Order: sequence, then C-alpha cells, then structure tokens
Amino acid sequence: MNPIALILLFPLLGFALNGTIGHKLPKGIAPWIGTLFIFLPFVITLGQWDILSNDVEATIKWDAYTFFNLDGIIFKAAFTLDRLSIWMTLIITGIGTLIHLYSISYMDHDPNAAKFFSFLNFFVFNMLLLVLGANFLMLFFGWEGVGLCSYLLIGFWYQNASYGKAARKAFIMNRIGDLGLLLGMFLIIKNYGSLEYSDVLPAIAQGTGGSVLLTSIAILLFIGAMGKSAQIPLFTWLPDAMAGPTPVSALIHAATMVTAGIYLVIRCEALYALAPIANEFILWIGLATALIGALIGLRQNDIKKVLAYSTVSQLGFMFVALGVGAYTTALFHVTTHAFFKALLFLGAGSVIHGVHDRQDITQMGGLKKMMPLTYITFLIGTLAISGFPLLSGFFSKDEILASVFHHNIVAYIVLVIAALLTATYMFRLLFLTFHGEFRGTDYALKDVHESNWKMTTPLVVLAVLSILGGVLNLPHYLLHTDGFLASWLRPTFLIFENPAHTDITTEIILIGVAISIFLFGFIYSRSRYITKNMSPEQSTAGIEKVLSNKFYIDEFYQKAIVRPIEFLGDILFALVDTLLLYGLTFSVHPILRFIGRFNRKIQNGNIEYYLLYMVGAIALLLGLNLLFA
Amino acid sequence: MLTIFHSLEISHYIYLSTVLFSIGLFGVLFRRNAIILLMCIELMLNAVNLLLAAFTEYMGDVQANGQMFVFFIMVVAAAEAAVGLAIIVMVYRNTRKTDVSFLDQLKD
Repeated sequence: MNPIALILLFPLLGFALNGTIGHKLPKGIAPWIGTLFIFLPFVITLGQWDILSNDVEATIKWDAYTFFNLDGIIFKAAFTLDRLSIWMTLIITGIGTLIHLYSISYMDHDPNAAKFFSFLNFFVFNMLLLVLGANFLMLFFGWEGVGLCSYLLIGFWYQNASYGKAARKAFIMNRIGDLGLLLGMFLIIKNYGSLEYSDVLPAIAQGTGGSVLLTSIAILLFIGAMGKSAQIPLFTWLPDAMAGPTPVSALIHAATMVTAGIYLVIRCEALYALAPIANEFILWIGLATALIGALIGLRQNDIKKVLAYSTVSQLGFMFVALGVGAYTTALFHVTTHAFFKALLFLGAGSVIHGVHDRQDITQMGGLKKMMPLTYITFLIGTLAISGFPLLSGFFSKDEILASVFHHNIVAYIVLVIAALLTATYMFRLLFLTFHGEFRGTDYALKDVHESNWKMTTPLVVLAVLSILGGVLNLPHYLLHTDGFLASWLRPTFLIFENPAHTDITTEIILIGVAISIFLFGFIYSRSRYITKNMSPEQSTAGIEKVLSNKFYIDEFYQKAIVRPIEFLGDILFALVDTLLLYGLTFSVHPILRFIGRFNRKIQNGNIEYYLLYMVGAIALLLGLNLLFA
Repeated sequence: MLTIFHSLEISHYIYLSTVLFSIGLFGVLFRRNAIILLMCIELMLNAVNLLLAAFTEYMGDVQANGQMFVFFIMVVAAAEAAVGLAIIVMVYRNTRKTDVSFLDQLKD
C-alpha cells in the first residue's frame, strides 16, 4: 500500500472509530486510539525520509482518484510526498502526537472525550490532506476541512454561548479568506488549465503569464493565507479561538491550521518569486501584524490570550520572511515556533489545570514552587520565543531579522521593535504567573497541583525540541553555508536561491542587536514585575487602555462591518420578507378563495350534473371535431 | 324473415340506434330512480350493440368481428347490471330509497 495512503488513512480511521463507537468503548480507550492513530503516520512518514534524502529528485506520488474531466481540465485526488510536504507532515504528526498524548489527561473528566479525539484526528487528517495534496484542489479540501474542524473544536464546549460565538467567528473569518483562495484558483484554472502543482508552477517559472496576472493570483492566494494564518485584517478570530480546550489551541497555533497559509506561499514559491508587488504587500501586512499582535499581547491578563496574540505576532514574523523571499527561513521559524508555541500552550494548559480552570493571571503568581516541571518547561519556552542565545527561537528569528535587514532597513527596525515587545510580554507573563507572591483570592495556593506524567511528558519533549530546534538550520551562521533545512528544501524550489551571505561584521552586529533585544525585554519586565513587584495592570487609562482593549479592533469590526450588515438584513427582512413575500403569499389566498366561491357550485355532489357535464363536454368535442375536420 | 332486414338501409339502423341511445342518455340525465338509471344504461349499450351488428353486416365482414364485440358488451353489461343492482339493494337497505339524488353524502 502506498505510504501516503497509510499516512492519510490512520487519522481518518481514528476519526471514524472514535466518532462512531468511541463513546461505547471502555473509558480511556478512545483517547489512546486517537493518539496512536496520529503516532503511526509519524512513524510511517519518518520511514520515507531515507527515500527522499538519498535522491534529491525523488518524490512519492499517489494518484488516488479522478473526480472528473472537464474540457481537458482534470480534477483528481492526487498526493505527493516531497521534501516540503514531508517536513510539514513530520511537524503535524509529531507535535500532533504530543498534543494528543497531553489531551488524554487534560480531557480526562470530560464526558465527550471520544468526540473530542475524533475531532482532533479529523483535524490532523485535513491538515495532512492540505500539505500532501499534489494540486490546489486537495489543498482546498484540506483548507476547508481544517476550517470546519477548528469550528467544531473551538466550539467544543458549546453550552457556553460565547464559546459558540468564538467558533462561528473563526469559521466566518476563515470563509472570507477562503473566497480569496477560491478566486485565485479560478484564475489559475482559467489561465493555466490545470490545478496540478506540477503543471502550474513550472509554467509560471518559465514565464507564462503577465505580471498583472501573477500579482493578482499571488495576492488572491495570500488573502486566503491571511484568513487561515491570522494576518491583519483577518486575525481577530485567532485570539478568540482559545475558547476551545487548551490542547486545541496548541494544535491550532502550533502544528496545524495557522501554518497552512505559510505552507501555501512556500509551495507557490515560483509564483511569489515573480510577483514583487505581492511580496511587498505580504511584507508590510506581516510587519503590521507582528507589531500589533505584540503590542496587544503586552497588556492582556488572560494567560491564553497573551499566547494567542503572541502567535499572531509570530505569524507576522513568518510572513515578513516570506515577503522578503526567505522561504526556508519562514519554514524554519514555522518549525521552531511549532515547538515552543506548542510547549507554551501546553504549559499554560498545565497551569490552568493546576489552578482548577482559571486563566486570569491576576489571580496567579508564585506558582513555580507548586508546579516545578511546568515552570521549568514554560521558562524554556519563554526563553526560546524571546530569542535567548542558542535556543531555537534565537536562530530562526534572527534569520528573519537578517534577511529583512538586507531587504529594507525600515522594515528591519519595525521588526526589531516587535521582537523586543515579544521578549517583554513573554517575561511579563512568566513573572506574573510563576514568580512573586500568590495573588489568588478565590482559591488557595495549596490546592494548586502539578500535572501528571501524561501532561508533563509532552512538555519535556517539547522543551528539549525548543532548546535544540535551532540545529535544524544552524550552519547558516557559523560556517557560511546553507543550513540543513535550506539545503534540504532547495530541490523543491523552482526559482528561489538562498540569499547571498553577508560579511561577518554585519552578522555580528545583527546578532548583537538580537541579544540586546532579548536582554532589554528581560530586564524591563524583571524590573517591573519582580523588582518593583508590580501586580498586573488594570490598564484604565491612556495607551494601556487601548492596548488592553486590543486597539478596539473587534469593536471597530462590529460597528463598521457587522452592524451595517445586520442593518441591511433588517431592511431586507422588513422590505423583501415581510412586505413582498408575506404580502404575495397572503394576497394569493384570498384570490383563490374568491374564484373558489364560484367554481365550488359546479361540484355540487349530484351525479346527474356530473353526467350532464360529461355529455356536454363530449358533445362539445364532437361538435368541434365536425367543425374543424 | 332475413329479407326484411336486408331491405332496410344502414341509415335506418343509425336512426334507430341514435333514438335508443338518446332515450337512454336522457333517462340517465333526468331520471332519479336508480333502477331506471340502470335500465337506461342498458338501453344505451344496446343501442351501440345494434349499431355494431348493423355495421358488420353493412361492411360484409365475413369474420363478424363487430358482432363478436356485441357478445362482449352483453357479458359486461350483464355483470354491470348484477353489480349495479347489488349496490342499489344495499343502498335501499340503508336509506329505504332508490333515489340517486339522495347519494350526495361525499360532498363537503
């Protein structure tokens, strides 16, 4: 059996099993089925690594099914495992397995655990469909499936009305982006007559299609990526997405879903390399997202919200890298970010679990004594994301900063500020949660407990990965050769060349800037929250109020978009529905009644009359026949 | 005896059967007694029978296909009369009447 088929089969099987008979199985079986069926694809994928690494041209293909052939345009379910998709598959299934393992304990008390795991498996299945697809059609299938699963999982505790709203918000905002993706695909079909990557991308690379066309396609596809990867202006769903159980947040923010947009752009490298205007657009959207996400993260008091805005900000970093054409760097940051963001979210989940489902950091503090393992791993995650030297985030983020530095100095400065804010808000979160005095009022410190091994094992594994993740693309700095990831991905690119290396002085300066960014963030937060022992800000005035209210973006959308649409809906309801449709239906029936008043007399129940009508009709027909014969 | 029939022209048969059919039709339309209705229906059927027999003879059809039909119609008419009379008997038992204008219970 084709390995790709196996990789896709197991999560789907897990979904079907848990979704149908999961709740009837003895307690505790369903979660393990879910976890195992994500782990198996990971092992299978790992088994394919050698095939791809031995031969740079090698890809594993699977033509599963042809849907239909429309005027020579073939729509089929085809899959390919190349160097890019195997990398993504390993992240998805690897991190996915850890998150599943963690969820076993996290969802222990939930009566719907089987349903939860079936959704998780389906989520991973759709994400695999997305990255393994050999054409835009399969990408779109996975794209929509991921959107559906995020809706199901964010609204998993749908009894809470606001969680249901968050789920709908995520779905609708994603739909807006999907429209862009769909339009981009239409343009591709119209101009290239195919949806297969292997047809479209080489054609683009060989110069088919004018720059206007390429730019339009690139921007339309990027609008799709904006929705899925939470870029301005479609990012507000992601912070709300933490309404779901914490492992879902980890899955959405780290392994699946938000990386889809990055994957799409890297996959369409040939297209983006030839559309400089689109690149510039991506760069500035990414920059704005990175900065605004980081600013908002500075004054959030919900442990998961801080992390959510941090994801928004980090995704901005990745798009900045894509915008300057540093595709391997973006994927490198996707990878390291998957490690440390999964770690941070799972750590946050452990904290939330430990303090009995509370998320407000104003009610925390001093937890490090009670939850030592969670503290240490969370600390590592914080160090990694803030860019502590030699940890994974340091390398990936500095690669982004370096490539932006060579591209545009203004963008570089903005990005440095965003990185600085990242370190600041992350240490603020760490200090307020784990250090200082315990501030909880409605529960006692002694009730706080460390989580069990099923929750801490993934934390430890992810912490190790967060420390060592940098080696994946290391030599770029030290040896002035391509990093491992860069050379690994090179064969999959059609146009892209790894950027030229700069002289050693510039690099040392850049590294110096990066380290001082980290130090500044650390020292600033330390002085505020440890030395001065400040409690979390209530943020009632000035810029702080604006930040804690997330720049009022949600309110703005509510007023500028949702309200007018609702208003339009009200008008249409009053005019079209009430007046026109109701008016029509209610005016039809008196007319019929009126006609019926006369017609009814014909059918009076006397058989003689009926016979008379019959004879009369026959006579009429005969008469007509005689007349016209 | 047969010569009498042969001396009649086809138009005479047509006139006779038209008259018979019309009597039957008007009886069906304007009488209310169920038994008379049945009789009138028989009259109409027999008018048709007469016409069939006459035309068979007129066309010189040696296989007498038309006259075969007459027998079919007579059989069906007999069956119909039996069923019809049975219905009338049942109606009479329930209503003590054989007046069909009374049978308008299905309306409304």
